Amino acid sequence: MSTIALDRGMRHGFSLAWRGILKIRKNPEQLMDVTIAPIVFLVMFTYLFGGALAGNTDAYLQMLVPGIMVMNILQASMTAGVQLNTDVSKGVFDRFRSMPIARSAPLVGAVLADIVRYVVCILVLLVVATVMGFRVQTGPAELLIAVGLTIAFGLCFCWASVFVGMLLKTPQAVQGMMFVLIMPLTFGSNVFVGTSTMPGWLKAWADISPVTLMADALRGLLNGGAIAGPLTGSLIWMVAAVAVFFPLATLAYRRRV
Amino acid sequence: MSLAIRAEGLVKHYGDTKALDGVDLEVPEGKVVGVLGPNGAGKTTAVRVLATLLRPDAGHATVGGHDVVKNPRAVRSLIGLTGQYASVDEDLSGTENLVLLARLLDHSRAGARARAAELLEQFELTDAAGRAAKTYSGGMRRRLDLAASLVGNPSVLYLDEPTTGLDPHARNEVWAVVRKLVANGVTVLLTTQYLEEADQLADTITVFDHGRVVAEGRPDELKRRVGGQTLQVRPTSLRDLDAVQRILGDLTGVRPARDEDTGLLTAPVNDPVLLSTLVRKLDDAGITADELALRLPSLDEVFLALTGKQTEGSPA
Repeated sequence: MSTIALDRGMRHGFSLAWRGILKIRKNPEQLMDVTIAPIVFLVMFTYLFGGALAGNTDAYLQMLVPGIMVMNILQASMTAGVQLNTDVSKGVFDRFRSMPIARSAPLVGAVLADIVRYVVCILVLLVVATVMGFRVQTGPAELLIAVGLTIAFGLCFCWASVFVGMLLKTPQAVQGMMFVLIMPLTFGSNVFVGTSTMPGWLKAWADISPVTLMADALRGLLNGGAIAGPLTGSLIWMVAAVAVFFPLATLAYRRRV
Repeated sequence: MSLAIRAEGLVKHYGDTKALDGVDLEVPEGKVVGVLGPNGAGKTTAVRVLATLLRPDAGHATVGGHDVVKNPRAVRSLIGLTGQYASVDEDLSGTENLVLLARLLDHSRAGARARAAELLEQFELTDAAGRAAKTYSGGMRRRLDLAASLVGNPSVLYLDEPTTGLDPHARNEVWAVVRKLVANGVTVLLTTQYLEEADQLADTITVFDHGRVVAEGRPDELKRRVGGQTLQVRPTSLRDLDAVQRILGDLTGVRPARDEDTGLLTAPVNDPVLLSTLVRKLDDAGITADELALRLPSLDEVFLALTGKQTEGSPA
């Protein structure tokens, strides 16, 4: 019985993920919205500041791309909250909830569709980076692991977005709030510049920020270098994010819908 | 006759606001019950409780014999819901919306496509089947919304203000669909702000105000309960208006309401015999009338009498 229920729950989740993927196909500009900012930063920082910061733009690009991947995935994970909020405020959720489906199915569907969104975002970013001269210094296996890790990072932090999405009233408010959270999180890290010249309080945070640790882990994977340390730190952050935001998000979800 | 919906003492508070303040509601199988009330009367809250979307703070309700709180799953397998705002996905096409819902109701891939095509045909949306729902007109979208609520062949259908914001033509289309469903044995709970809509579709009407039921009954019962009848006279010549007003006033003992534009005089009466007396008196005075009628008060008048408030859309 319970395996049948689980099976149905997954099937409903997949059906709703199919809806999410249809929506990505119909509104590719939504995907561009979250990808365009990281690409703008990639181009701007590489050509404006890259020479000054790293001696030449090529070296800076190699350092920057893994960091921008983290920024990109955080931006993309913000869509989950916006999307869920839109569904709730437009009454689409009422229809789902008035049907005999698992209560968690819409959440499962949203997260599954997110994976597709993340893959597309990362691919677009990597193509642009490659055109600009970025090269993976290691191998295809490391690249695959890096992409998988980035997606996992997004899936862990998307619960913060779901939480905010269930807390605030309108999709616009969710978008604004997530932007306000993600921007300082991204800049208060070593994505764009090393932390050594930062004031003490900022350096203290930036050195242990999930964005810094994840960016370092990806640098290790794509450019070669230390992996174990930053990877462990990233995983701790990922587990912590899920431990904190998953219960909060599901609680807020249950209260809201 | 068995009841499809039975609610007793439903209470739902939002902070200090009592959205539902002890509502009883009974809907017999196969009938249409209209819930009538102004904005904020608690109509939508009641529907959300009965559709398992909201837990009541007190009271209980059953749909098809299943408790909405204790056994929501059983209730959900019986009901269809058409929200106040079209709850289809605007990005998806008509077909995609219906296929998604059919898949969620455990139809096979092919079965889901067939069910979607069948409903689109039934609601005359086949030509627009491949277009995104956001390109639909208001009437088309409401039809798609209705189709969406019927994917699972519900035996109980909630229509929460199904024609709000529709033009008269689209409204008539929705009404025709509802009548067809009722003819097929579906039980309908309809909320509306439009008196005409409740009058047209509902077997019985329940009037809500401030989260309470202030009146219920068949449309004609309700009208009668509010008090007597109305006598209407329209003299052929506007010059006779003063004379007729005097005669009518003497007869009924109240000052008749006078509409200068249409030349129509109305006065409440309790004794239908007054009609023949009026005819005689007009005859004696040599006055002819284009219109002379005894009618039940309109639902607008009923509503005003029951709640002390004007309905929306009626002149203040």
